[in-house]
Amino acid sequence: MAEIPKIITSRFDYEDSYSIARYEATGGYAALKKALKMTPDAVGEEVKSASLLGRGGAGFPAGTKWGLAPANVWPRYLVVNGDESEPGTYKDRLLMERDPHQLIEGVLLACYAIGCGQAFLYVRGEMALAQERIAAALNEAYAAGYVGKNILGTNFSVDVVLTWGAGAYIVGEETALIESLEGNRGMPRLKPPFFPAAKGLYMQPTIVNNVETLSNLPWIVQNGGEAFAALGAEASRGTRMFAVSGHVKNPGVFEVEYGTTTFRDLIYGHAGGILGDRELKAFIPGGASAPWFYGEHLDIPLEKGTVDRAGSMLGSGAVVVMDETTDAVKACLRVVRFFARESCGKCTPCREGTNWLEKILQRIQDGYGRPSDLELLMDVSDNISPGIAWPPKQTTICPLGPSAVSPIASALQRFRPEFEAKIAMAEQNRQSVPVAFPKAASHA
Amino acid sequence: MARLSPDNVVLAKEIISRYPLPKSALIPLCHLAQEQDGYLTEEAMAHIAELVNVTPAEVLGTASFYEMFKMEPVGKYMINICTNISCQLMGGEELLAHAEDKLGIRPGQTTSDGLFTIEDVECIAACTEAPCLQVNYRYEHRISNQQFDQLIDDLRSGKRSDIPAHGMLARVRQHIPEDRRAGSVLPTDSAAPVWIGAEESSNG
Repeated sequence: MAEIPKIITSRFDYEDSYSIARYEATGGYAALKKALKMTPDAVGEEVKSASLLGRGGAGFPAGTKWGLAPANVWPRYLVVNGDESEPGTYKDRLLMERDPHQLIEGVLLACYAIGCGQAFLYVRGEMALAQERIAAALNEAYAAGYVGKNILGTNFSVDVVLTWGAGAYIVGEETALIESLEGNRGMPRLKPPFFPAAKGLYMQPTIVNNVETLSNLPWIVQNGGEAFAALGAEASRGTRMFAVSGHVKNPGVFEVEYGTTTFRDLIYGHAGGILGDRELKAFIPGGASAPWFYGEHLDIPLEKGTVDRAGSMLGSGAVVVMDETTDAVKACLRVVRFFARESCGKCTPCREGTNWLEKILQRIQDGYGRPSDLELLMDVSDNISPGIAWPPKQTTICPLGPSAVSPIASALQRFRPEFEAKIAMAEQNRQSVPVAFPKAASHA
Repeated sequence: MARLSPDNVVLAKEIISRYPLPKSALIPLCHLAQEQDGYLTEEAMAHIAELVNVTPAEVLGTASFYEMFKMEPVGKYMINICTNISCQLMGGEELLAHAEDKLGIRPGQTTSDGLFTIEDVECIAACTEAPCLQVNYRYEHRISNQQFDQLIDDLRSGKRSDIPAHGMLARVRQHIPEDRRAGSVLPTDSAAPVWIGAEESSNG
C-alpha cells in the first residue's frame, strides 16, 4: 500500500511550525499563488472534485456548501468555525496552535473561490494560545502581503478578522456562532429560513466552514482535488484527524486515511490498545453527541456512510474509549450533564428535558432511583427526540437536545442491568432503613 | 476600576473598526474590560454600550450568556478542572475533589486570600492529556494530585510568570496596518467583488 501523506499535520513536528518562515520554507502560500492565476470558479471546481466532507461534525460536502450561496447576491462572508467544544474533540485547536498559516491560506482560498468580501475567524474563548498564534500569524501574513488589500499585487482583497468567543458550547452550531459574531447571546436560529448560505451574518449569504475543513484547502489546490479524492473510500475522501482518548495506552490525535482506517486500527493500533490490557466495554465513535459503539463495531471503517448506517456518526472525529471497569450509569450521567449545562434555553424540550434527564440519572447514581425512572428517562427523551431513532428527529431548533438522548438510549439499551442494579439497591435501602417518623402529636 | 482606560479606548476603537457593524465587537470588548479589571464591572459594560451603540442591558444580556465573563471579582488564578467524559474516565473528578480539599473551597468559590478560584468545567479540548486543567486558560496536562499541589505552591510563590492574572487572554493582538487594510464590507455593499467580475457564471 502506498504511503499515506500527511495532508494537514505535515508541519506538526517542527518546533517553529507556527511561524511564517517555516510555513514558507515548507511550501506555504504556494497554493494561494497558484490559485490567483486560476479563475475563482476553477478553484471552486478543484475543491468540489476533492469530495471534501466538512470536518466539523455534520459532514456536509464543502464544495456543495459553497455552491449554496444564491448567485449574484453580495456581499458574502466567510466565517471560520474554530469554536471546537464537543467533548472528546481535540484537533482544530492543534491546527490553530501549530499551523495557523495553513488555516489562513485555506481561508484565503475559500474567500477567493466563493467571492467573500470579508472573513471572520472565530476561535473558542478558552483557547488563549490558539488566539495568540493566529493573531501573530495574521500580523505576519498582512505584513508579507498575503492578506488584506490587493493580495500579492492582484485585485483580490480581503480582511481576515480574528474574533473570539467567551465560553458556550452551543456557539459551535453555525447559526448560534453567527448570533455570537453579531454580538448577541449564542442561540441558534430557525432553519429555514435562516440557512447561513442564504441568510447568515447580517442576513447576507455566509459560508461557515470548520478549521480542519479549511486547513485541507492548500494541499488540495496545490496537488489537485483528484489526488485528494484518490485517498479514502466511498463518501469519505482524503485524510482526517481523529482524537482517541479515555482508557487507551497511547491517547493522541492521529491523521489517518479517511474511509479505510478502522476503529480497531485507531484504538488498538495508533492508540496502543486498552489500558492494562483490559477488555473494551464501549466507545463513543464521534463526540459526546454520538450513540455508543461496542466490540462488534471495531472493524467498521471510519467512513461516514458506513458509520451512519451502523447507527452512529463520526461527528467531530472524537473517539472516547471506555474499558470494562467503566460505570455505564456514571459515564452516561456525565455526558447528559454536559448537554444540560450547555443547553442555551431557547427551546423548551431541551432546556427542561436535558435538566430532567440529568436529575433522574443523578438520583439513580446516588442510590435514590425508582423502578419507574427508566421508563421516565425514555419518556423525557422521547419528548426531545420523538421515537428515539437514529438519525434523530427533534422537537428543537438545533441538535443539542437530541444529542443528550444518544448516551441514554445507548447505555440503557446495552447496560440496562447496571441501571436496574442501582435502582434495586435503592429499593433495598428504602426497605431496610427504619422509618422514624415522629409520633403524631396529640391534638387532645 | 470602572470605565475603559484611555489606552483601552484606543484599542477598543481599533477592534470596532475591524467589523462591519460595531455590535460585533461586543464580546471582544467585554474581554478587554475583563483584562483591565479582572472581571466585568457595570461601569465597563455601560462604557462598552456607548462604544458599540447599544444599551447597557444589551451588553449585560449578551455577556451573561457566556461562562467566561465574571460579574463578580474572582481569584487571580482561575483554575478550571475538566470533569467531562474523557477526563472523568482518567480521574478528573478525583482531581477536582483533591483541589477542593487542598484549597478548602468548592467549585465557583474563591480562596480568602483572593488568589484562587476553582471551577468544574466542561471539555477544554485536551482530552488525550486527561485529566487536564487550565489556569487562566493556560493548559496543564495529565495532572496528578502531587503535581496539583506543586502547581499551587508555584503559583503562590510567583514561579509561574508564564501565566498572566485572570482576565488577560491572548497576549498577542491582531493589528491590521492601515496601508494593508482591505476594509470592512458592509452588508449594504452589494457590488460583486472585483476579482469575481460583474456576473457570476454558474451556481452550484
